[in-house]
Amino acid sequence: MTEAARLDPNDIVELHPMYLLRWEEAEQAHVLLYPEGIVKLNSSAAEILKRVVGGRRIDDVVAELTALCDGQDISADILAFLEIANDKGWTRVKT
Amino acid sequence: MTKAGPALRLDGQGRPLWLVCELTYGCPLKCPWCSNPLDLDAYQNELSTEEWKRVMRESRTLGSLQLGFTGGEPLMRRDLEDLVAEADRLGYYTNLITSTVGMSAKRLSRLKAAGLKQIQVSLQSHDAATTNALVGASVHDHKIAMIREIKAQGFPVVLNIPVVRQNIAHTGAYLEMALDLGVDYVEFANVQYYNWALVNRDELMPSLEELKASEEAINSFRQRIGKKMVIYFVIPDYFNGRPKACMNGWGSIIMTIAPDGVALPCQEARLLKGLNFPSVREHSVEWIWKESPAFRTYRGDAWMKEPCRSCSEREKDFGGCRCQAYLLTGDGANPDPACSKSPFHHLVEEAIVEAHRPQRNSRPLVMREVGVASSTQ
Repeated sequence: MTEAARLDPNDIVELHPMYLLRWEEAEQAHVLLYPEGIVKLNSSAAEILKRVVGGRRIDDVVAELTALCDGQDISADILAFLEIANDKGWTRVKT
Repeated sequence: MTKAGPALRLDGQGRPLWLVCELTYGCPLKCPWCSNPLDLDAYQNELSTEEWKRVMRESRTLGSLQLGFTGGEPLMRRDLEDLVAEADRLGYYTNLITSTVGMSAKRLSRLKAAGLKQIQVSLQSHDAATTNALVGASVHDHKIAMIREIKAQGFPVVLNIPVVRQNIAHTGAYLEMALDLGVDYVEFANVQYYNWALVNRDELMPSLEELKASEEAINSFRQRIGKKMVIYFVIPDYFNGRPKACMNGWGSIIMTIAPDGVALPCQEARLLKGLNFPSVREHSVEWIWKESPAFRTYRGDAWMKEPCRSCSEREKDFGGCRCQAYLLTGDGANPDPACSKSPFHHLVEEAIVEAHRPQRNSRPLVMREVGVASSTQ
């Protein structure tokens, strides 16, 4: 595996349409469902992915979540997570 | 096709995350590696629409998330659309595993409307003559047309190629075709030797050299195309020296319901004699999953013998495959012969040698058909 490609805060990312993101009561967690696979998400991952369904600028996601986290600087963490998500194919850059 | 499932390595915390519904053993194709029982005609009494709906409902309550409709050929059930709609309503991610025989553009759009999420299509080669010979019917062109139609209707597609000696040299050309068709995943399903495939093992098994050449072709293709298509390929257990993490462990995350309602920890498990697999006609799905002796027999690691019991890898591969241990050694609790640490490993090594012995007297493939193999086998 090569390293995950870098993203720019100006990029618009979207949840890949092949993936279905939803809350699963039995798991008490959000899950990503896709052909023959399941990913159980932790709450930070779910908060980010929920916001990119259909496409969203990374900057916007960062601003919204930063406000929810009392202004803590979480931009690098969000970017790093989205780079991994992109690499796994869960999300993609919208052109 | 039985598989370890690359995406299935997760802890279900005791839930049957994957429900596999084998709607019927009926199928117009004659694939000589079919995982269905040899005595197909002994199982006529298929579950009704209402019985399937009850199974799906009860399993969903236990936490099932993924649902695979398979068979035989699931499209032979006229109520497939109805079952998909109910599964979707219950909150399943629905997968259809099909040869496309019985599919039409019209039926596909009805399945789409019913909420079907993805379709896995088996295709044996890029070459029509090879496909048709291997499945014993002239279906290649129909399959290609249907794959295009499935993509046109917006479904994700997993293309599944059962890998055997007869098609393994086609790897590169097959991938080019898959790219052209626009499929999302290609799964090289190295045929595993149970039921029909075990009968035909000597004729079907590729050599290690052929497997390595195939893997090389896949790797260079991957490098060239990047993320456009996901390709699954795992060196089969016979050649790997390590057993597969079969079913992610017995009764761990997968439950299969056979056409007649018998519940199985995997699609092959019915070949294990003496386990008395429970039927959904007589028990609740919850009792079957949590309490039935059959599902508890090989759950966890208390059943293991040495060297599995003290092996550092027992939580990684769960001792391999119970069906394979049973078929090759006569006892499902024995260490899987595919494992190089198993005292029975020589059985697998001998099978490889026999399949590739230059002087071996080759026989025609035994094609899957009712009546070919008797119930006593």
